[in-house]
Amino acid sequence: MVLDQPAGRVEDGKPAAPWRHDAKKEDLKHIGKPIRKVDARGKVAGLTKFADDLTLPRMLHMKLLRSTVAHAEIVSIDASKAAALPGVKGILTGKDLPIPFGILPVSQDEHALCPDKVRFVGDPVVAIAATEEEIAWEACRLVDVQYRELQTIGGIHEAAATDEPRLHDYGVRGNIHRLENLEFGDLQDGFARAEHVREDTFFFEGNTHLPMEQHATLAHFDKDGKLTVWSSTQTPHYLHRALARTLHPLPAHHIRVVAIQNGGGFGGKSDPFNHEVAAAKMAMLTGRPVKIALTREEVFWCHRGRHPVLMRSKVGVTKTGRITALDFQSYLDGGAYGSYGTASTFYTGALQTVTYAVENYHFRGARFFTCKAPCGPKRGHGTPQPRFALEVQLDKIACDLGLDPARIRLDNLAPRDSLTANFLRIGSMGLGACIEKVVAGSGWNERRGKREVTKDGRIRGLGLACSSYLSGAGLPIYWNGLPHSGVQLKLDRSGLVTAFCGSTDIGQGSDSILGWIIGEVLGIDPLGIKVVTSDTDLTPVDLGSYSSRVTVMTGNAAMQAAERARDILQKGVAEKLGVPAGRLVFADERVFDAEDPKKGMTFQEAIVCSEARFGTIGTVGSYTPPPTAAKFRGGGVGPSPSYSYSAAVVEVEVDPETGIYRVPHVWMAHDIGRALNAAVAMGQIEGSVYMGLGEAMMEEMAYRDRSHKGKRVFVHKIPSMLEYKSPSALEMPKVTTYVIEDPDRNGPFGAKEVGQGPLLPMMPAVANAIFDAVGVRVDEIPCSFEKVFAALQAKKDGKEGRYGPSSGADGVPVVDFGDSLKIKTPWQGGDGTAWNEPKREKKAAK
Amino acid sequence: MSESKKALATFQVNGEPHEVAFAPHKTLLEVLREEMNLTGTKHGCELGECGTCTVQVDGVPILSCLCLAVDAVGKDVRTVEGLAQASELTPLQHCMADLGAAQCGYCTPGVLMAADALLKHNPKPTRDEIKEALAGNLCRCTGYLKIFEAVELAAARMRGEKAEPSKESIHGS
Amino acid sequence: MLRLPTFTYHRPKTATEAVAIACQHGKAAMYVAGGTDLYPNMKRRHQAPTQVISLQDVPGLHAIDWLPDGRCAIGSMVKLSKLEHDAKVKAAHPAFAHAVREISTPLLRNMGTIGGNLLLDTRCTYYDQTHEWRESIDFCMKKDGAICWVAPGSPRCWAVQSSDTVPLVCAMEAEVELVGRDGVRTIKAGDLYRDDGIQYLTKKPEELLTRLILPAPTGWKASYLKLRRRDTYDFPVLGVGACVWTDAAGTVTKANVRLGGAGSYAIPATESEKLLVGNKLTDELVAAAGSAAMKPARTMDNTDLDVYWRRKVAPVYVARALLACR
Repeated sequence: MVLDQPAGRVEDGKPAAPWRHDAKKEDLKHIGKPIRKVDARGKVAGLTKFADDLTLPRMLHMKLLRSTVAHAEIVSIDASKAAALPGVKGILTGKDLPIPFGILPVSQDEHALCPDKVRFVGDPVVAIAATEEEIAWEACRLVDVQYRELQTIGGIHEAAATDEPRLHDYGVRGNIHRLENLEFGDLQDGFARAEHVREDTFFFEGNTHLPMEQHATLAHFDKDGKLTVWSSTQTPHYLHRALARTLHPLPAHHIRVVAIQNGGGFGGKSDPFNHEVAAAKMAMLTGRPVKIALTREEVFWCHRGRHPVLMRSKVGVTKTGRITALDFQSYLDGGAYGSYGTASTFYTGALQTVTYAVENYHFRGARFFTCKAPCGPKRGHGTPQPRFALEVQLDKIACDLGLDPARIRLDNLAPRDSLTANFLRIGSMGLGACIEKVVAGSGWNERRGKREVTKDGRIRGLGLACSSYLSGAGLPIYWNGLPHSGVQLKLDRSGLVTAFCGSTDIGQGSDSILGWIIGEVLGIDPLGIKVVTSDTDLTPVDLGSYSSRVTVMTGNAAMQAAERARDILQKGVAEKLGVPAGRLVFADERVFDAEDPKKGMTFQEAIVCSEARFGTIGTVGSYTPPPTAAKFRGGGVGPSPSYSYSAAVVEVEVDPETGIYRVPHVWMAHDIGRALNAAVAMGQIEGSVYMGLGEAMMEEMAYRDRSHKGKRVFVHKIPSMLEYKSPSALEMPKVTTYVIEDPDRNGPFGAKEVGQGPLLPMMPAVANAIFDAVGVRVDEIPCSFEKVFAALQAKKDGKEGRYGPSSGADGVPVVDFGDSLKIKTPWQGGDGTAWNEPKREKKAAK
Repeated sequence: MSESKKALATFQVNGEPHEVAFAPHKTLLEVLREEMNLTGTKHGCELGECGTCTVQVDGVPILSCLCLAVDAVGKDVRTVEGLAQASELTPLQHCMADLGAAQCGYCTPGVLMAADALLKHNPKPTRDEIKEALAGNLCRCTGYLKIFEAVELAAARMRGEKAEPSKESIHGS
Repeated sequence: MLRLPTFTYHRPKTATEAVAIACQHGKAAMYVAGGTDLYPNMKRRHQAPTQVISLQDVPGLHAIDWLPDGRCAIGSMVKLSKLEHDAKVKAAHPAFAHAVREISTPLLRNMGTIGGNLLLDTRCTYYDQTHEWRESIDFCMKKDGAICWVAPGSPRCWAVQSSDTVPLVCAMEAEVELVGRDGVRTIKAGDLYRDDGIQYLTKKPEELLTRLILPAPTGWKASYLKLRRRDTYDFPVLGVGACVWTDAAGTVTKANVRLGGAGSYAIPATESEKLLVGNKLTDELVAAAGSAAMKPARTMDNTDLDVYWRRKVAPVYVARALLACR
């Protein structure tokens, strides 16, 4: 439904603060320019401190003893030999930290140290602090843990088929953590009107973030009873909450969390982690600073990466390719804990409708507990898997109907300023422009389907795919009516502007965004602004660096704070100069009369005269996203102030004898509303192409599942940098990038998300390109060489040229989803609520 | 022979002598970071699989996680902290900073040490030569492209050319 | 951080002294060349020698010598990066220089040595893991455990020969020079290895590999073709070393094909070799030789990439390696 009213926040009948989305490019001094990041020079000089670079006097080193079995009850723990080792200063077990935690209020199912049960190889059981890391490691080897092993739950099918033993005593039933069943519109009618229906089954294997920095935490408990925790976390606010919960009765205001520079996050440092809680407790126990720096293997145990998802998608289209109905099922392998899994489950069904207008939509999602490292949010959180399925399926439909895969997408575009079937509010929408750019740039119309042969006998193919992603989640993780982001500005009489904000720079440049926006509004050099971030003692809350929320939410909060500061200075300067406030211009480090630019003063003088008039100058800004249109249960996942769009064409060269292929060139267009900084936006897009390429070609969280003499071994196959394959400098293709700027009225200067969305089309575009080259389908990610080869072999043998999960009844587990929640679409006159409310078993975690 | 206990030795690091005591099983990575507090050198695996800990020994980029500290005694060790002269960054550091070739910045010191070594013996590297020189440095943020461009730009400037980044690399096509 | 266990570190000044230290400490001692194989293994507690004997100060091990008869004697401590860039080596032995360049990463090749690569520990995805990981599978027979997880019913270890240079130098019939307590001996490279994942070397532990001697580059042509996922970092999941001797008419008089990454040693593809001798290297012949190659291979599910795929694409790789010898 196209909206009469523009999207955007309305308060008391007045439109929300304007975010200057309609500012003309030529009027902007700093926004859009390739200014270097505020922290760039420190990083290239090697001066940026990461958590493991910190040391404090008398600091202890902590190690965690982790489970060596996949699923077991802990019978006993004997740490007496460890305690006797010289240098050991503290030992913690589960009984010392009895309060559970977890990122979502509905799944507080983790303990810093397992009290009674372990659920995967790598689950921490004992923490030991010693004067040296080697001693702590040796001490861990001296601990005797006796386990009573329980049946391993190895994957989606096994979890669906195993009611007992349960990994957790909460969830829907058995080992089903979540079941969702949402129906928008009239599916029966939608499929009845379809002239072509396809049903396909897809699998997307799990993969992980693999940040270059291994997680590390330093905790210090001072003699005044105050705790400080420096950690590589993307979400200091949530860590703060988790510490306050688990360290009860230590009051929250006695806990300070500093999110120190993250050496890569990608979603992998968004949960409060065992090691963070344990280090804090250990610092309290020993009275000494405690540091833990995880090994690379332990980073794999932390994981929280991409869920393995099995998907079945049934789509109905008219003979011109217009989508009339979509029935989508997803089955998520959640691993051992809840993490963000509830949100992940919904996300596998949320954004299908934001790219293409889906008239009638049915989504069923199931998340299972299994004995794997817990899954969670990785760049694109829950949406890359269904996006892969949908984009490959659309390619197949185009093929079935003899249509151009680009055309079928253009014909189905969701309209701008509209509500989707599942009540997501689309604002600006540049997907059409994205598709046109990559089609033109890649020579799509001329080169597709030509199967050119390279000098070394490889066959060329082109594949196209699209995506959309959030500019931050519309609702907070825990229910509250508070702002999602806050910024405080301090204007010093020296001329210095300091911005305080809880947001966390994980390399994406969020610290710099504060500088660019404030600099633009106040007319001062962004690099002269001091930015103090991610310190719960000093900075107002920002919810964290996840769901691509910082540009829009922190940006808008920064803009509001800067506008307020500008108001104060304007008044002070206007009085001093006797010029109407409205005529004053802030630019080039000056405040001056627009009609007589010589009449004015420096920015620093403006602060001084305003401070003399009004007292110490400080302002605040905050941001809360617009209310969501979706009112049904589950409708909280998916809404966002705005959506970015991406389209990609990928070129592949496939060796038909081996299935080995390379990707020489990618064309990527990304609609980001407006680039706040061109070069940084480019870097985010190129980084997405890289990470998507890795997921498409090679990255996977594979598990070893072997049995010998009644003992079953179930453990991550390859927890190392070498054997978890990620693309090197040699695999990176040429990338032609198009930045599409379609300013969105909900973003600062019209900016939307940048840098998660363009990851998504890479996987389906690679699979589609392989089909274009050699005529076989790989319905599974990673689309690794052996799968291409298997599909080629199948075709050669006269079978379907496809590799993927079974498309038969056995392809997906049998799960009773119960009655669906039925929601009328906007075009059926729906108001965003469900008209039925089925009874469901529901039990929250302890 | 070095017994397994600590002994004093003097290192030349970034042109300065550092006298430290360490045991022979300590790697150069550990001694740089933990004894000399030169934490600019990072670590990502400690098994030689990621390139994050790259430093130069006698001008050659090597993995400090697999080099015994004792074997670096008497050699010219250079770390990221030693690139800048006084307060002036090298052209390569400037280009890396300006182009956004350092995102999270964690692989950056290793990349810098590998690329700096390349430019010392090859003032005009091709894109393929740059890729090959950095084929042992994993980066998860940038997709490498801004790094390649920064090396090319720095090389041009070090040759005295008035080079600027291309419009495509800053604003897209 | 993963750290090394403690040890006493020796830097002997002669080969004899090195051997003497090794003899004195027996199993507690290990030699180290570049350290790129041993130190990761020690950090994962695969090996925990209390005496580490570095060969860096032994004179003569760092040189590339061209013997009067055209052979090339490479000291075991010669760095891989020196070899790959050495103009004379590249000209006389392009396949060898290529194989060296295929090893790991440029950073590692700046540290790793040819001796170390020739003696590279066999690899296995059940073995090349941390102590903690291996504890979760109750270890394996290669270190600390009882069974081979790749083939639990098997009495032997199936860890994989993973050096890039070994299949090639074996195919080239290069020689290696060993110094032991009884002096110097020279053996064919192929005789240095045996078909066992644990005892993969025939040399005595204290015997010191001092030189690799490549044959004079006349009358034959060699090639090395590596199968792996990425063009850097990765060990071979198949490394085909091929060397073909031809007469003036182009007829094959002798052929050696060795398969690396396909078993615990560089396996001779004898059926392929037989097919080649007496014939010309036509497309059809190399394809047939490729198809015959994998019969003796013992490809197992203990490396990267799917085991069935590795078996199936191996003939293509063998054929392509042979074509490169044409």
